[in-house]
Amino acid sequence: MSAPLLDARGVAKDFGGVKALKDVSLSIAPGEIYGLIGPNGAGKTTFFNCLTGLYAPDGGGFTFAGAPLKASAPHQAARRGIARTFQNIRLFAHMTARENVMVGRHVRTRAGVIGAILRDPRTRAEEAAIARRADELLHYVGIADRAHDLAKHLSYGDQRRLEIARALATEPRLLCLDEPAAGMNATERAALRTLIAGIRADGVTVLLIEHDVKLVMGLCDRVAVLDYGQLVVEDVPAVVQRDPRVIEAYLGAAPDEAGQGGAGEGGHA
Amino acid sequence: MAAAPASAAGRAPVSAPIPARVWVAYAGLALLLALLPWLVGGVLGLGNAWLRTLNFAVLYVMLALGLNIVVGFAGLLDLGYIAFYAVGAYMYALLASPHFGLHLPAWAILPAGAALAGLFGVILGAPTLRLRGDYLAIVTLGFGEIVRIFLNNLNAPVNITNGPQGVSGIDPLAFFGVSLAKPVVVAGITLLPLAATYYVFLLLALGVVFVTLRLENSRIGRAWVAIREDEVAAKACGIDTRNIKLLAFAMGASFGGVAGGLFAGFQAFVSPESFSLMESVMVLCMVVLGGMGHIPGVILGAVLLSLLPEAFRYAAVPVQKYLFGHVVVDPESLRMLLFGLALILVMLYRPAGLWPSPLRKRELKRSGP
Repeated sequence: MSAPLLDARGVAKDFGGVKALKDVSLSIAPGEIYGLIGPNGAGKTTFFNCLTGLYAPDGGGFTFAGAPLKASAPHQAARRGIARTFQNIRLFAHMTARENVMVGRHVRTRAGVIGAILRDPRTRAEEAAIARRADELLHYVGIADRAHDLAKHLSYGDQRRLEIARALATEPRLLCLDEPAAGMNATERAALRTLIAGIRADGVTVLLIEHDVKLVMGLCDRVAVLDYGQLVVEDVPAVVQRDPRVIEAYLGAAPDEAGQGGAGEGGHA
Repeated sequence: MAAAPASAAGRAPVSAPIPARVWVAYAGLALLLALLPWLVGGVLGLGNAWLRTLNFAVLYVMLALGLNIVVGFAGLLDLGYIAFYAVGAYMYALLASPHFGLHLPAWAILPAGAALAGLFGVILGAPTLRLRGDYLAIVTLGFGEIVRIFLNNLNAPVNITNGPQGVSGIDPLAFFGVSLAKPVVVAGITLLPLAATYYVFLLLALGVVFVTLRLENSRIGRAWVAIREDEVAAKACGIDTRNIKLLAFAMGASFGGVAGGLFAGFQAFVSPESFSLMESVMVLCMVVLGGMGHIPGVILGAVLLSLLPEAFRYAAVPVQKYLFGHVVVDPESLRMLLFGLALILVMLYRPAGLWPSPLRKRELKRSGP
């Protein structure tokens, strides 16, 4: 394997007494689609939040594209090329779809107060480029016709797409999607799958949290399974699917093995 | 002050052609603004008191637009905004009055006042970066009071602000050697001091309008709104929320600083009394009533809330005498009573303000019952 794009080493995070992440180490190669699955409460989103700088990990850390990532500095993570979407959609509700994507360009543009006031040729050119790129991205994710609607008026599936467009606007090398298919119907899921495959084909590495096992297994090159904050297994989908520890994490241990019985977590696939 | 049809296209790219009727509306508005001192003083025969009120209305437009950057754009509730007005006013008062014997020119003091107010904005902003909503409101309220109390007490051991007596005998505003305290002759027309002051204030207010309009439709303006809408998502988009918030505080405060300097030069007297909490609340009301985050709305709010109470003050006594034969309620109490009523009515029937941005209005319509 070539040098990894992202290398997580011994990442740990506690919330009071709860160990949300225990010594999680994994690495993602450039250009792959990497799935992160696990039952509810396994620590997947916590891992995302540590990676994107919203939380400072209590132990371990990340190396991204060969250099360490600074903990708890979300805007710097975005600058380095890590973009994300949120499990509970977090759009700028009272901005239009286009403006949402334009905000995503913030980190790759420079105009300041003086430029905004004087509107000099460079600022005007930058503004035009921002708008153009926003329109391209809206078209790319397939919601160009909703460009001038407020984000909050988009359908659920379109909001998820808009979040992806906004994340792509930051020119990420690693795109982290937190349950992008949640709440989507079968048609929308199929379209989402095509979209994610397309994003990868364009050279962006994708880290995917998803409950939809079919989507994950069909799309991902490798899959890691988290359970109770620990990395259970990391391998290609076909192997992960048959791993007894994964089956146990999702469905609970068979009663004769578990002894106490009912040790399983209420996760579902 | 932007005309209504223009604001509908305000968020679209700059290149959209402007229809003729918008130009006509702009021209009409410009003519009205230019002739306003004659209308008020001559045609309506309202006299100098109303010209003064008009000048204050223009100052309040500047204040409201400054606060709108902090509250309307960036969504940071600031209840101590008047402190920046005070900083600008005292800057002018101390540098151009017999108090210290300094008489610096206005063109030097006003930008310096804006810069100092901006610095105070950063000083207020820095410790409150992690606060939102109610908590931020409490801290900013405290900040406003701290500034006022300092001004009240900085007369001992070293007399800096002259305490509660305030600073008097402040130099009148003068630009390029032309003092606004004496009649000004421009192209054969003699402008009385109040009218000349009006034009200077109007010019600066138009400058503030221009700057806020430009900022609104810019990378910085979008970042402010993004922070207002969802701070976590804004961070994830790569916005350095600390710097962008401090910038909002500094920009808003500097407008307040300019308005404060003009106020000191216009009044020739400043005292801590002018910078009470009630003033902060009043400016906030202008922003909220007019239409938070929508520049024409904020201007409307500032004009209405500075003119209506004055109109009311003049009308209250004669109207009561006519109706009841004597004064039933003292005008000042009645004024506050009706002000409260107006606030409640607006919040009930126009929750987004009197003139909300077209997008907000559309949204309220859709999500309404």
